[in-house]
Amino acid sequence: MRSPVIFNPLKKYLSYFRIRFNTGIQYRTAAISGLVTQIFWGIFNVLLYKAFYEGDPTAFPMGIAETTAYVWLRQAFFAQFNQFSFDESIFSDISSGNVAYDLARPMDIYSVWYSKLISMKVSNTLLRFAPIIIFSLLLPSPYGLSLPYSFSSFMAFLITMLLALLNLCALQLIIYALTFHTLNSKGIRVIFVSIGELFSGNLIPLPFFPEKARLFLELSPFAAMSNVPFRIYSGNINGSEILISMTLQVFWLCVLFITGRLLTDRSLKKVVIQGG
Amino acid sequence: MIELNNISKTFKIAKRNAGMKAAAKALFSREYTEIKALDSVSFSIDDGETVGYIGPNGAGKSSTVKVMSGILTPDSGSCTIDGLTPWKDRRRHVQNIGVVFGQRSQLWWDVPVIDSFELLRDIYSVPEERYKKNLSEMCELLSLSEILKTPARQLSLGQRMRCEIAGALLHDPKILFLDEPTIGLDAVSKIAVRDFIKKLNREKNTTVILTTHDMQDIEALTDRILLIGRGKILLDGTLSELRARTSTIRKLTVTYSGGTVTPPAGAVIINDRGGHCTLSVDTGVISVSRVIQEIAKTSDITDLALDSESTDELVVSLYREFAI
Repeated sequence: MRSPVIFNPLKKYLSYFRIRFNTGIQYRTAAISGLVTQIFWGIFNVLLYKAFYEGDPTAFPMGIAETTAYVWLRQAFFAQFNQFSFDESIFSDISSGNVAYDLARPMDIYSVWYSKLISMKVSNTLLRFAPIIIFSLLLPSPYGLSLPYSFSSFMAFLITMLLALLNLCALQLIIYALTFHTLNSKGIRVIFVSIGELFSGNLIPLPFFPEKARLFLELSPFAAMSNVPFRIYSGNINGSEILISMTLQVFWLCVLFITGRLLTDRSLKKVVIQGG
Repeated sequence: MIELNNISKTFKIAKRNAGMKAAAKALFSREYTEIKALDSVSFSIDDGETVGYIGPNGAGKSSTVKVMSGILTPDSGSCTIDGLTPWKDRRRHVQNIGVVFGQRSQLWWDVPVIDSFELLRDIYSVPEERYKKNLSEMCELLSLSEILKTPARQLSLGQRMRCEIAGALLHDPKILFLDEPTIGLDAVSKIAVRDFIKKLNREKNTTVILTTHDMQDIEALTDRILLIGRGKILLDGTLSELRARTSTIRKLTVTYSGGTVTPPAGAVIINDRGGHCTLSVDTGVISVSRVIQEIAKTSDITDLALDSESTDELVVSLYREFAI
């Protein structure tokens, strides 16, 4: 029995999460084709790193097993952590003026968008990740995904996965806010996405960057995303480093969250609803 | 109670000439023109009124609705709705209003309509019992039961609009803003929508503010009309007041079986053929009943029809009068 007296302010955002989730899990064909692509791309990547590794194992900043684990996790959680998947409906709501409906409701737009974005990424990921994880666990070492470094590493992996997702969504919400008054969001998106893919370690794991660049990058907000959990899983980040990484994640989450909120509120005040 | 006082809003619009050269120039310097969307708009609306808000495209209708629904912040002026300023107390204010933008959709495209309704229930924190009661009531009145489980993308426009209206009312709003609710609908759906809105206003005393280009909507639904043009309120009154203002000419058609029609002063025969006679009566000179009495003296009247100017014609003449 639901009591009408209890007012749950989070409920409306969970409800947004749910409806976006229901929408997201309908696209089975997209999920299957994505799955196939991710597996093949993963195989090519692993073979490539293997070739480099055989050339000179000592020049490698990460062990081969750590690298292949990184590659397979990236492939499995591609839908969750790539920097270029946005909830397109938010952009189209802004440019078509449909956002008028959102504004005419007793809710906080920033939180609605946050819920929708997380929901989209989670629903897309849930449809894709399991087959890739199973496939890569079955591959022989060092080509496949090894088991987690330790139990505590695995727990830290789960926590930092969540923080990484919150960070990425908070960053993308800043992009929504920045594009609110431009009718075409492509320009700003291309800049962010190119920087994000490179700096987050989505293209090449951050340890492969030159020393000075790496130190700088590891402090950037982009490093607080997929980089952290993927390296914790295989033990590449371990012990007290885990705490440092988590602290950085929480720090950046606060910064991105506050920035995004302020920018969104400011943009909404100046908003001109397009059309009739 | 809605009160608007000297609400003004100016938009900056980028302008450039046609062609490549002008487009290239616009990359470096843009010319803006300022458009006064709302220019000292003032009016007040009581609880339970039904108000038709009319005016040509671009007159400022939607802007006014956006101000009243808390979406748009005006440059100056004040607006109080049930004690709240919409753009300042947005979230508290919108809890009490329902909006339907006829040209947009609030339904989720890919999921069944009922999912969108449940989302709305949670957004407005509607208690479960009241939600169920409202939903079943609306299902009956708008015949929705068949389509609740259909994804919005597969609904016809008429079905979708009925769902949009139901969605806007699940939380029992005190004020309902309808922005072109019958646009593109067929006759059956239009009448269903109108009947429903009438009933809602009568039974729940919901204030209804309607913008439309469909004069039959206005005729069927509203007690009062606000005419806006170029950002200004030009007229405020009932339909018959507006009618009286624009024209005193009525068209009287008489069908008779014998004798001749001899019109009194103030009435002119436009057409008299085969027992049908059309007269133009200037009600400023002579009343219609007087004309009928006079005609009846010389002919056997079998049928009578009195036309006033159609509402569409009325609006055209109003637009012409105010040059908007």
